[in-house]
Amino acid sequence: MGIDGVKGIGDMKIAEIRNLSYSYRENCGQKKAVSNVSFDIDEGECLGLIGESGSGKSTIGSLIGNFLTGYEGSIHLMSNEKELADMSKKERHDLYRDIQVVFQNPWQSFPPNMCVGEGIAEGIRYYSRGLASDQKKLKEKVLETMHLVGLSASYYQKKCRELSGGECQRAAIGRAIIRSPRLLICDEVTSALDVSIQAQIMQLLFSLKKGMGMALLFISHDLALVGGICDRVCVLHDGQLVEELPGGREMYEKAEHPYTRLLMKSVLDII
Amino acid sequence: MKKKKMIKFRLIILMVLCAGLLLGAWIVRGHLIHEPFRTNVRQAFQAPCREYIFGTDNLGRCVACRILYGAATSLYAAVLAVLAVFIIGTAVGVTAAYAGGIVDRILMKITLVFQAFPNFILAVAVAGMLGTGLKNSVLALGAVYWITYAKLSRSLVLSIRDSEYIRAAKICGAGPTAIIFKYILPNMVSPLIVTAALDVSSFILSMAGLSFLGLGPSRPTAEWGATMSEAKTFIQQAPWCIVFPGLALLVTVVIFNLLGDALRDVIDEG
Repeated sequence: MGIDGVKGIGDMKIAEIRNLSYSYRENCGQKKAVSNVSFDIDEGECLGLIGESGSGKSTIGSLIGNFLTGYEGSIHLMSNEKELADMSKKERHDLYRDIQVVFQNPWQSFPPNMCVGEGIAEGIRYYSRGLASDQKKLKEKVLETMHLVGLSASYYQKKCRELSGGECQRAAIGRAIIRSPRLLICDEVTSALDVSIQAQIMQLLFSLKKGMGMALLFISHDLALVGGICDRVCVLHDGQLVEELPGGREMYEKAEHPYTRLLMKSVLDII
Repeated sequence: MKKKKMIKFRLIILMVLCAGLLLGAWIVRGHLIHEPFRTNVRQAFQAPCREYIFGTDNLGRCVACRILYGAATSLYAAVLAVLAVFIIGTAVGVTAAYAGGIVDRILMKITLVFQAFPNFILAVAVAGMLGTGLKNSVLALGAVYWITYAKLSRSLVLSIRDSEYIRAAKICGAGPTAIIFKYILPNMVSPLIVTAALDVSSFILSMAGLSFLGLGPSRPTAEWGATMSEAKTFIQQAPWCIVFPGLALLVTVVIFNLLGDALRDVIDEG
């Protein structure tokens, strides 16, 4: 929070990542996915992580999301003094009240037979026992969130697999924002969607970010998309952070690393 | 659409038939014309007639009544046993896959030990050690059948354990119990149910096989396999004593197999 109680960029560190390294175990040894990566995410900031497939961007998202353990380096979240790996189960559970993830494939991020209402309610059920036990209030909260993400009440009983990609991703975003997280990790959220739907989802995410003041960690391989919306952009190559750039037009002007220039050139060539 | 409806209709018919078999076997037990255990040597080896539609055995007992009485024993033993191995095997498989690491390795090594022997040979060995009796033959077969469920459920859990919706559940704050019961089990149980429906028939057959070898329920239990085992010594003299229990076994096995197939078709159709 800022001095006068208004959330704003730079008020506090949502995430402090220092010298983060991670290797996947393979049949014949280990494969380094992330190597010595350091960056911060400020409150209300939108940080983009870009790189080609296998550059380690989703692994970083998974490490921050606590889906992977056994990393080297440190992850401090929500200005917590304790390092993520040193936290107890209870401490970690409490910490992740403020962190949510939206995944790449909207259909696969819900169980096949779960209906939209139930799926969105899952986002708050385990953190608000009082609300979870009061079915009426829970339904009201879910409907309110559905309205926020642009889904009408008629979708409440629909199975997630019956929805279109855009609708299902809206439901996934609804599940993520229902407990008003302070950090939303968006892991390739638009990759499985067609271009017109991509724009709608991006618009939704940014209106929500503005309204709720949450920070976004936007993981994508789409340089133009990330550059256009993020406050800062981290470029990853072979698991290493090769360059940190400001967002917007400045990104194109200030890029110096040959890999970043190559990425930009490939976008421009396509255009 | 029409095909989907037909598949569902077939499943309903077979479910009604199976429920009818189970219920009928229980109801008919108390309303038999002849006492299934009462011997009457003067009526021995009566060929099928109006009074004894399936004839009588070497002790003059009504074969039809023994088949109907034995239906409850065979069917309920098989259904309950399959239910038990379904629960035990699934619990082992889910625990192994979800816990991973050393727990997975230990549990899977145990299943490998059981798998090292042919199923029926292992069941015969276990039944031989435990002794005859319905309970022991069910235990012997249970010791063999749980492995299928453990292996299948483990592979099913492994295929969904790292899926995005399990990750989403974790980030939503769901604990292991909620993840297993709300996210994993409902999404993996269908193939297990199909296996269980198919296993009821093979369980009945295996139990009949054990009884036929003299390792099943002891005399005078009216279990189908045991009845056939008793009748095999006078197969030439009174073939009806073995033919009719065999037919009952055949019909029941076919019905449960069809039920398993219908369940699989419905699940495949989604």
